[in-house]
Amino acid sequence: MLKTRIIPTLLFKDVGLVKGIAFDSWRRVGSAMQAVKVYNLRGVDELVFLDITATRDGRPPDFAAIDELADECFMPMTVGGGVRTFADARRLVKVGADKIALNTALIESPNLVREIAESYGTQFVVASIDVRRHSDGGYEVYTRSGTHATGVDPVALAEQVEKLGAGEILLTSIERDGTMQGYDIELNRRVSATVSIPVIASGGAGNYEHMAEVLHETSVTAVAAASIFHFTEQTPLEAKRYLKKQGFAVRKET
Amino acid sequence: MNCLIAIVDYGMCNLDSVKRAVEECGGSGIITSDPHDVETATHIILPGVGAFGDAMKNLRDAKLDVAMSEQVLEKQIPFLGICLGMQLMAATGTEHGQHTGLGWIDGEVRRLRPVKDGERIPHIGWNEVHYQQESPLFRGIPDGTDFYFVHSYHVCPTQQGEITGCTPYADGFVSTVRRDWVFGVQFHPEKSQKMGFQVLRNFLAI
Repeated sequence: MLKTRIIPTLLFKDVGLVKGIAFDSWRRVGSAMQAVKVYNLRGVDELVFLDITATRDGRPPDFAAIDELADECFMPMTVGGGVRTFADARRLVKVGADKIALNTALIESPNLVREIAESYGTQFVVASIDVRRHSDGGYEVYTRSGTHATGVDPVALAEQVEKLGAGEILLTSIERDGTMQGYDIELNRRVSATVSIPVIASGGAGNYEHMAEVLHETSVTAVAAASIFHFTEQTPLEAKRYLKKQGFAVRKET
Repeated sequence: MNCLIAIVDYGMCNLDSVKRAVEECGGSGIITSDPHDVETATHIILPGVGAFGDAMKNLRDAKLDVAMSEQVLEKQIPFLGICLGMQLMAATGTEHGQHTGLGWIDGEVRRLRPVKDGERIPHIGWNEVHYQQESPLFRGIPDGTDFYFVHSYHVCPTQQGEITGCTPYADGFVSTVRRDWVFGVQFHPEKSQKMGFQVLRNFLAI
């Protein structure tokens, strides 16, 4: 059967790898290439690279850096950040992206989803949706690395991008991000119950129990995490072993 | 092993990672859309993501379909189709209308249909390949090994004898095919780490 994926997320700011808390307080956590090499050896299921300031700074993706990383990355690699045109997507394919993540473009140029999906297939487009939970319990989508409120409901956006041709949703809770207090269960439940494409839970993982919790309580098919792997001794491999004990199907170690 | 592998470029996918993987496995890869390179290669790999109809059109426009058919069917050059590349080996594609494929495997390409709760399309992630019959591509790889998949369509061969592996998803689909020295895999060996590389090494050894 299809295995539950555990996906380390690598965030770039300028050239270095960083990790923040609630999309702020970015700390440098080392070289991206080093991370790719380590994850190759450890048999990680998949990686997500996000250039978190590209759109905010009006930059295109750093194609040269991604090319270098892709040459060493022998696992599936999703690349996001600064993708605003079809030409950006095409260049990312050329330098080695297996999937591309769209975030700000989902709101500002939704037809890009359709355009890319028609050429490269729906499986190529990951809708990366960043969400803030307001004090009244309502949810709102934010773009531009979490700085820009859109007034859009995440469930409505998820439905819309599925129709446009997105093949997967990377759903990130902004205020859980980096807190290691657990995924936003309600958010992941609502979105994964609405769409029929795979949903990846992101934002808040602090331990393996959090991963099991969101997989049990919602219909997400994968979990993404960053802080837990950068700042603690916990590893994707141990996460898999833990989830296996909890009855989830995970990839066999080879 | 002195292999020159033509990695056929028809403008639709991430070819760099296939080339890098081939090199890691000891072969030299050349990414090409020139039929002449296809004619001088010892092995041919047809990768690909995207839509069936567009892909076949691109192959025909570059006369790559003819060059590949000649090499593979007449000169018996080993061939490996990956993902969409495997689907293009079939006779017919049904994505956005009916399209004629390379026709090396008799059968149709159809959309995956979820049968169980929780089965989502696209089928993305690691899943098992269960052997239906022996294939040199499987040497040194245990039955039921996980490989990386990312696709919404699958090949439905009419000849049971050409089915070498199946994967338990959406009622079970055919994930590997073989006709003599012509192979197709629905998963991505270049992204399947150790066992994926073993598949490529096995292919280069043919």
